Amino acid sequence: MNLHEYQAKGLFAEYGLPVSVGYAVDTADEAVAAAEKIGGERWVVKVQVHAGGRAKAGGVKLADSLDDIRDFAEQWVGKNLVTIQTDEHGQPVSKIYVESCADIGTELYLGAVVDRGSRRVVFMASTEGGVEIEKVAREMPDKILRATVDPFVGAQPYQGRELAFKLGLAGDQVKQFTNLFVGLSKLFHELDCSLLEINPLVITTAGDVHCLDAKINIDSNALYRQKRVAQMNDPTQDDEREAQAAEFNLNYVALDGNIGCMVNGAGLAMGTMDLVKLHGGNPANFLDVGGGATKEAVAEAFKIILSDSNVSAVLINIFGGIVSCATIAEGIIGAVQDVGVEVPVVVRFEGNNSQLGRETLAESGLDIIPGESLVDAAQKAVAAAGGQA
Amino acid sequence: MSILIDKNTKVICQGFTGSQGTLHSEQAIAYGTQVVGGVTPGKGGTTHLDRPVFDTVADAVEATGATASVIYVPAAFCKDSILEALSAGIELVVCISEGIPTLDMLVVKARLDVSAARMIGPNCPGVITPGECKIGIMPGDIHLSGKVGILSRSGTLTYEAVKQTTDRGYGQSSCVGIGGDPIPGSNFIDILQLFQDDDATEAIVMVGEIGGTAEEEAAAFIKANVTKPVVGYIAGVTAPPGKRMGHAGAIIAGGTGTADEKFAALDDAGVRTVRSLAEIGEALAEVTGWR
Repeated sequence: MNLHEYQAKGLFAEYGLPVSVGYAVDTADEAVAAAEKIGGERWVVKVQVHAGGRAKAGGVKLADSLDDIRDFAEQWVGKNLVTIQTDEHGQPVSKIYVESCADIGTELYLGAVVDRGSRRVVFMASTEGGVEIEKVAREMPDKILRATVDPFVGAQPYQGRELAFKLGLAGDQVKQFTNLFVGLSKLFHELDCSLLEINPLVITTAGDVHCLDAKINIDSNALYRQKRVAQMNDPTQDDEREAQAAEFNLNYVALDGNIGCMVNGAGLAMGTMDLVKLHGGNPANFLDVGGGATKEAVAEAFKIILSDSNVSAVLINIFGGIVSCATIAEGIIGAVQDVGVEVPVVVRFEGNNSQLGRETLAESGLDIIPGESLVDAAQKAVAAAGGQA
Repeated sequence: MSILIDKNTKVICQGFTGSQGTLHSEQAIAYGTQVVGGVTPGKGGTTHLDRPVFDTVADAVEATGATASVIYVPAAFCKDSILEALSAGIELVVCISEGIPTLDMLVVKARLDVSAARMIGPNCPGVITPGECKIGIMPGDIHLSGKVGILSRSGTLTYEAVKQTTDRGYGQSSCVGIGGDPIPGSNFIDILQLFQDDDATEAIVMVGEIGGTAEEEAAAFIKANVTKPVVGYIAGVTAPPGKRMGHAGAIIAGGTGTADEKFAALDDAGVRTVRSLAEIGEALAEVTGWR
């Protein structure tokens, strides 16, 4: 789960980490009022969306007057921001964040992730702040400093000091950076983060360490014990169909092809998409109906797949382990009758009760195309969608 | 021979009296697995499925001599259950549950690193040695005792590989689902080493997917250490970057973890890769000369 910048900065502030004073608002009037409350003569206004690349897309502005702030807010409230990380429709602007302007001396990078290779939380720091860290990692890997957190003892101040000195910090900055490092690690572990990023972390002209941006991703598996953070979820930023699918414990990811896929198991769902592509078609989606698929889940899966108007055929691939193919067959029949499926449907059953499932479909009188094997099913789906088979 | 488990393996079940524990223990018993009891705190002294129930894993180990435990408790309690099993001296922990917080697994994994025990999973179908012992949720009847070792990050993709090797009469020595999470208890390399050392395993099928670099690390290991023929398949060529594809670990992040990179690494290691999951059986025939 992703948080907005203003939410992340709110959490940073709770942990005593250095962020600017700011307010997230919904209207131009509120934006102006927020700036007046902050005071001063310069502010930064930022649209709040779950996507990077905001500044380059015009979603961040340095404002020298209240009129600037009003113009910016009026321009963006209710609109979508398109950045290099969004699709062509962009992400809806959720809120406008108004904050006091920090005077930037130098820009650094500080982030933390769960590193799968070392199986540790790893902090990364760099003097190359303000640019994409993946790019730094590719082009100047020696510019990235690392500190690994021992899961039993947690982050230690000496690790923060080591990073600070290597970053070229001096005097009180070292202490400030070390406090930030230890505080971030505490936040990371207490809030079940999967990623934390401050890009840029700046040294102000006054010489202080300051978090200019803040990004937090939370481990979705841990939301049951992070109830307060879970409530910060902004559903406007989620893909509508993906959110709908999640309500029924279905995993759905939209793609841009025309063959809808319904599969049990995440790996097989990917394998089926790849097979469609290999046989000349294009998958319209990833959809895992899960190991305990019910009739209702199958009906819901159909609705979600068919809500994509590009879909011109549906391929159902089920390898019954726990789930019985006969149950899925009944779900398919129910869905076709209730939902009204007007595109060709190809079904391949294997495993648990597959023979009974095939017979149930054949006897239903519905126009369902049986797939005799993986390849046969994929070829038939591609042909039914009007592609080459 | 086989790896990890055989007909003599004594298994207990944590979460024995719950719905999942009951369903899959019944099937394991029907398959012939030596399920010698189970653990449900507070129900010690009762019986379930004609087996004794214990309050703690330590009690169960002492009374039954079990060396393996399968865990079906909800994700929120898995860390505790796994650590309890390790503390009680269990040698093989198989955790089926999906949805364990990643930070919990970091602690579990750090504990495993200093323990002699092995863990399979979480978020996996389990382990089976066909005809002898089934620990997990896989359908037993698609398996056939034989000579192919299968390891995979995905449940249903494992079943596809199993079916193809059964249909051709090759059978399986053992099948291990290492699970779809970013931090698994055992990785490909751990299991590849076991298959390499196992006399019954004549060829290996490795099924990977997008996300992380476990397949690349496995490829390097195969190149240096595995002399048996290996067939490899990677799911997710068509997966878009930045999207989690069902499994917590199946995500292309920051441009790494793509299927193409993994295929390239396996090809470079001399693995016979297949782009179609339907061709696993055929590729095995090709690399082994089996008919």
